[in-house]
Amino acid sequence: MDSRFRGNDMGRGMGLLIKNASIVNADKIGDKPQDILCLEGKIAQIASGIAPGNHEIIDAAGKKVLPGLIDIHTHLRQPGREDKETIETGSRAAVKGGFTSIMCMPNTNPVIDNAMVVEFIIREANRVGLCHVYPVGAITKGQKDEELTDMAELKASGCLAFSDDGKSVLNSRLFRLAMEYAKMLDVLIIEHCQDPLLSACGVMNEGVVSTRLGLKGDPGIAETVNVARDIEIALYLDARVHLAHMSLKRSCELIRFAKSQGIKVTAETCPHYFVLTDEACSTFDTSTKVSPPLRSREDVQAIKEAIADGTIDCIVTDHAPHTKEDKEVGFDGSPFGLIGLETSLGLAITELVKPGIIDLCQLVDKMSSAPARIVGLANKGMIKLGYDADITIIDPDREWTVTREGFVSKSKNSPFIGRKLKGQVEYTICNGKIVYHAPIA
Amino acid sequence: MIWKHKHLLGLEDLTRSDIELILETAKSFKEVSSRDIKKVPALRGKTVVTLFFEASTRTRISFELAAKRLSADTLNIAANVSSTSKGETLLDTARNIEAMNVDAMVVRHSSSGSVLLLAEGLNCSVVNAGDGCREHPTQALLDMFTLQEKFGRIEGLKVGIIGDILHSRVARSNIWGLTKLGAKVTVCGPATLMPRGIEALGVEVCYDLKKVLKQSDAVIALRLQKERQQDKFLPSMREYSTLFGINQAKLADGNDHLIVMHPGPTNRGVEVSADVADGKQSVILDQVTNGVAVRMAVLYLVLGTKE
Repeated sequence: MDSRFRGNDMGRGMGLLIKNASIVNADKIGDKPQDILCLEGKIAQIASGIAPGNHEIIDAAGKKVLPGLIDIHTHLRQPGREDKETIETGSRAAVKGGFTSIMCMPNTNPVIDNAMVVEFIIREANRVGLCHVYPVGAITKGQKDEELTDMAELKASGCLAFSDDGKSVLNSRLFRLAMEYAKMLDVLIIEHCQDPLLSACGVMNEGVVSTRLGLKGDPGIAETVNVARDIEIALYLDARVHLAHMSLKRSCELIRFAKSQGIKVTAETCPHYFVLTDEACSTFDTSTKVSPPLRSREDVQAIKEAIADGTIDCIVTDHAPHTKEDKEVGFDGSPFGLIGLETSLGLAITELVKPGIIDLCQLVDKMSSAPARIVGLANKGMIKLGYDADITIIDPDREWTVTREGFVSKSKNSPFIGRKLKGQVEYTICNGKIVYHAPIA
Repeated sequence: MIWKHKHLLGLEDLTRSDIELILETAKSFKEVSSRDIKKVPALRGKTVVTLFFEASTRTRISFELAAKRLSADTLNIAANVSSTSKGETLLDTARNIEAMNVDAMVVRHSSSGSVLLLAEGLNCSVVNAGDGCREHPTQALLDMFTLQEKFGRIEGLKVGIIGDILHSRVARSNIWGLTKLGAKVTVCGPATLMPRGIEALGVEVCYDLKKVLKQSDAVIALRLQKERQQDKFLPSMREYSTLFGINQAKLADGNDHLIVMHPGPTNRGVEVSADVADGKQSVILDQVTNGVAVRMAVLYLVLGTKE
């Protein structure tokens, strides 16, 4: 039993009082510390000098108190690949990384394309009781790019969004129909933009580095032609589309243009796309093999600018756990993906907030408020009276080192091992309960 | 000059003087192969294994002869695996062989970077005999050795590399080696088989074979895999050979002292016509002869390093 984590069955019934909270919301940082009282899963009172009563108490003096982080793009691997991750280990990784809500992608086995799988995931997540888990339904049955799933039924069982993540919906007509149907149901379509014919089994970004290493290149146009297509379909249907893990300067330009035209497009990126370039693949370290691939220095710069100017709405992890056995088989043979739940906040603080690219309020927007807004999670993404008591308390200045042993995820495929990061999660609070607290330093 | 490398994984990581040392060492070993008794005791008691995951005749035999002429014990393993089979098999296989106290492993594998995985995971020396599209260092070394023999120098030579640059580990190793030694390299081939950003490796790109044949001191014609047409990179083999095949007529318009090289095996009539391959400008068989000397030098050097 790891005493850092407290699941569902612990500490029930008590209120939680956070003293001296320096509250950071997307719109402002509180000018003076206040106390936050959480009762029955809700934020019941925000004031100074709230009486301790019988409540469990956290002193947040000197820390920053954020709305619980929300990651709308993870892979929990359950059902099907429990050797890589489970809902339980993934939930632990999430709350250790400061996340109180996560959305898990449907490329499981079986695929999340029917209500039974959705219900299984929600039931298991509730049993674990660390964070909220929202399954993303598949757009097509079996993710086979042939027929739409029963989206209404999936929505009724708990899917807020739909995606064939792991691959794009290559059939453009089918994608158009999915967008129309999703618009009717008011659910979000999340598109993995990568034309597989153009990718042509590339294993890293096509460019000077792939040329040098003799590795098969996946060209940027595989992403951008898909981005352009989806923007055109969104315009034509006046429907929403959310573009997953954007990695390119040119994608940002297309999205910026689309937004300027009022097209209902939103976009996300992941820390690895603003921290690493394709040069990282030079070591043939398979944890740098990710889809879409790590790009050029110029792209990394453009992604940072797009985060700052709002072209990119949110930061997600695309947490993609793989076992050592699956990953350590050489670059060509290894599956795509890296884990991110436990490093995302630290990377965002270290690489975006500390250098002044965005401030803490913007960080809260990118990692909590905007994701809540995009997928329609009402009462989340803000610390506000009556909102859900999902709260993350961080020390933005505390430095820590990413280690292999430190990961609570079942998988350890991170290219960030050995890196020093600023920004440590101290407490994660979900439904008004402490679900994670960092060991006392 | 001191050799400090336990492995030979590629020419990208070597310095100019490393490469010169190999070529210098190869010179003395070439003499050994011309003797009546073609053997020296340099590696007596050492065990060299060739572990090939891809078909090869020439390179494997060349390494085997090289090891034998140095008095090493040799063992050849042709591991029959499909290109999709996983690297863990590779490392497991290699570890099992190494457990029998092997001193050097000569490896060919279809995945770029696979030899790096082995060098990291094994204690013995690893010599790269071709990894995916990345490097084939001994081929480039024997090409450079041949050039040096023919021209007395490499510095300032103009060398054209012709054909499927995208998939060629021979091209990449030659680009690293030749540019380090001061040659001017031009790559020439169909645009669809020209890797993006190749200029950044310090070469010129030219799509006009005639021009390359005119300006070069030597050209290296690369083997064209038949699958490239199935993969749609080429409209037809016929059109390829029209544009990029070297025949006597094209040579006649080229530089008089131009020599033609090919890593073999040649698709006669595709990359080079039969009369060119057998003609007086061809040094293809000299390359094969020199291959043994260069591989002797490489095995001698990597096995001579102290940890």
